[in-house]
Amino acid sequence: MDLSFSAEDLAFRGEVQAFITDNLPAEIRRRVQKGEHLSKEDQVAWQLILNQRGWAAPGWPKKYGGTGWTVTQRYIFDEETAGVCPPLTPFGLSMVGPVIYTFGNPEQKAHYLPRILKAQDWWCQGYSEPGSGSDLASLKTKAVADGDHYIVDGHKIWTTQAHEADMIFCLVRTDASVKQQEGISFLLIDMKTPGITVRPIITIDEGHSINEVFLDNVRVPKKNLIGQEGKGWTYAKFLLGHERTGIAQVAHSKKRLARLKAIARAELVEGGPLIADTTFRDKLAQVEIELMALEYTNLRILSESAKGKPPGPEASILKIRGSEIGQRLTEMAVESLGYYAAPYEGGRDGSNQPIGPDYAAGLMPAFLYGRAFTIYGGSNEIQRNVIAKMVLGL
Amino acid sequence: MDFSLSDEQRQLQDSVGRFVRDRYPFEQWRKITDTPEGFAGENWRQMAELGWLGVSLPEEAGGLGGSPVDTMVILEGLGRGLVAEPYLSTVVLGGGFLVLGGTPEMRERELPKLAAGDLKLAFAHAETQSRFSLEDVVTSAKAAGGGYVLNGRKIVVYDAPAADKLIVSARTGGAGREREGISLFLIDRDAPGVHLRAYRTLDRRRAADVTLEKVAVDAGALIGVRDQALPLIEQVVDHAIAALAAESVGAMQLLTETTTEYLKTRKQFGQPIGNFQALQHRMVDILIATEQARSMSYMVTMKLDRPARERSRAAAAAKVQIGQSGRFVGQQAIQLHGGMGMSDELNVGHFAKRLMMIDMLYGNADHHRQRFIALE
Repeated sequence: MDLSFSAEDLAFRGEVQAFITDNLPAEIRRRVQKGEHLSKEDQVAWQLILNQRGWAAPGWPKKYGGTGWTVTQRYIFDEETAGVCPPLTPFGLSMVGPVIYTFGNPEQKAHYLPRILKAQDWWCQGYSEPGSGSDLASLKTKAVADGDHYIVDGHKIWTTQAHEADMIFCLVRTDASVKQQEGISFLLIDMKTPGITVRPIITIDEGHSINEVFLDNVRVPKKNLIGQEGKGWTYAKFLLGHERTGIAQVAHSKKRLARLKAIARAELVEGGPLIADTTFRDKLAQVEIELMALEYTNLRILSESAKGKPPGPEASILKIRGSEIGQRLTEMAVESLGYYAAPYEGGRDGSNQPIGPDYAAGLMPAFLYGRAFTIYGGSNEIQRNVIAKMVLGL
Repeated sequence: MDFSLSDEQRQLQDSVGRFVRDRYPFEQWRKITDTPEGFAGENWRQMAELGWLGVSLPEEAGGLGGSPVDTMVILEGLGRGLVAEPYLSTVVLGGGFLVLGGTPEMRERELPKLAAGDLKLAFAHAETQSRFSLEDVVTSAKAAGGGYVLNGRKIVVYDAPAADKLIVSARTGGAGREREGISLFLIDRDAPGVHLRAYRTLDRRRAADVTLEKVAVDAGALIGVRDQALPLIEQVVDHAIAALAAESVGAMQLLTETTTEYLKTRKQFGQPIGNFQALQHRMVDILIATEQARSMSYMVTMKLDRPARERSRAAAAAKVQIGQSGRFVGQQAIQLHGGMGMSDELNVGHFAKRLMMIDMLYGNADHHRQRFIALE
């Protein structure tokens, strides 16, 4: 047992820090630090800068244009970039990318992977449907073969970034006569195809990041099928299990905590700084300690995967605790503002001159949008079901 | 970064596992803790023979020169059996004080005995007014005739009744809660003026309130630097906290396994109660609490050799987590066992009680949250 980083890892940390200092545009850095809304342009700009260096896809193998980093290196990269650089948008880089290089054919790999790296294709995920949330395998969107095409009809929902996406990866039903899970296929669809309509869903933060996607008689070439027909559920499960190193959101929560402390030093209560208020300080310490425990649980699981043991269902612990702690921090940030939690003009983009202190910008939207942490990616209740079944054998 | 055990540590883990299986089935634990001593001398000798009593002592003192991880492995194993022998008091605390603060003569004289199982120790620090504050010491040690005379009263000294010697904190200077002026003394438990009121504790261990009445010791009884013992006390208590963390993880792991098994076998409404989602989710929360405690146990163990501030902040955080996790796991294990959980005949309640005592020992979660804040 040993907590220390190797000399190579420490050198790598320095390399990442230097790269950020030299390459992150000042305006983007400012927006990230202020917690302002980041546009697609900001995210693309940063991804292209990273890609120049070969760092756009931390989780990919080198031969597909990834970094080939060890889990420790990825952990370091997360730590250094969280809260400083725009987060990499996950749908292409962390989700469909690994599915394509694992299950796609050579043409699909050659076509899509470079386009993901260069942000030429912006992806969204077509999984949930109005009648299929936690019970995803009951999905009804159907794809019927018609010559060398599928005709897709259905309705996807909660589709993040669909309004900005070039492509959507969809779970569709290609066979209604077999067991639910065995009739599902994994299809890549161009968002410009006739018959696709995107309708915004405004969330409780008054922002627009998620959508409904209607598919009406959409013709999709059969070459856009990943792997085999009827194996889509397997690929979907692979995807869910694949990207677990960042699932605990430890680096982000640490940044949130640091920001919260800074606010609590500036805010006043009873004539003294909020951070000296015993009730507030106590709650702050409690969440900091829980975050520490999560951090080391995360490191334990990472160090197992470094030895080649893929993260199993126990990684659901990371999702549960990570989302709970993330929510706690966003809630305390709002609490720390006192009355200035109330002004809510200009939505979440922070483009208007904020009312109240500068640091108030974005905190209430972050809290509101953060209610989704425990819902998306498999709700925490589903995660508990998974642990009960797969880990405890109940 | 690596969280795996070495081959030697894995062997040690197996060896402790065998010891607990052979010597500490639950009914045996009950018999052992019913004896007047509250533990088995034979087990203590066995621990000495296995080298566990000297695991953290330097090799020249008859020890194995092991790391905190070795101690962690032992305590986690002992935690699964509620092992009652005074390992924490003698080896972790007593051994820790002697190794880090003992004079060369003291170390040469006492450490081989400790490793051989011929010396049991107890650490007397708490007083009626001190609660969990290590620096709140009223017991006095006045210089007299080249030595010291101690007067005062120490409370709830775990393992004092069986101890050969006590390690006592006392004021040689300063007053109240001042960090300066505290010294540590090694005194014979049978020395004139040492009076014990011995009793059984909630976790069926043995403790005593200790009154010191004009107890005379010579200058060689001083451990560490006169007036400056507090940093040493904090360091050794941080080691004890790491050991308690490991013990609590063993106990929580046992409760997690036992309760999961119960959910699979106990039937109501014609099916195993583990089919019910309310109980499944509670069980998952028990598992998570145990795993979070385990992470903090590893973390604090590996930070024991860091600079004082970092070490203490790690220990404080770990103590908060294990206290909270331990209470949750203990109480929910009782709850999920239903009426059976209330029965003294079942092991579950006894594990829950030990976990409560672990939360209390060397400061409960509330105390250590405040310490964590103060050390920011």
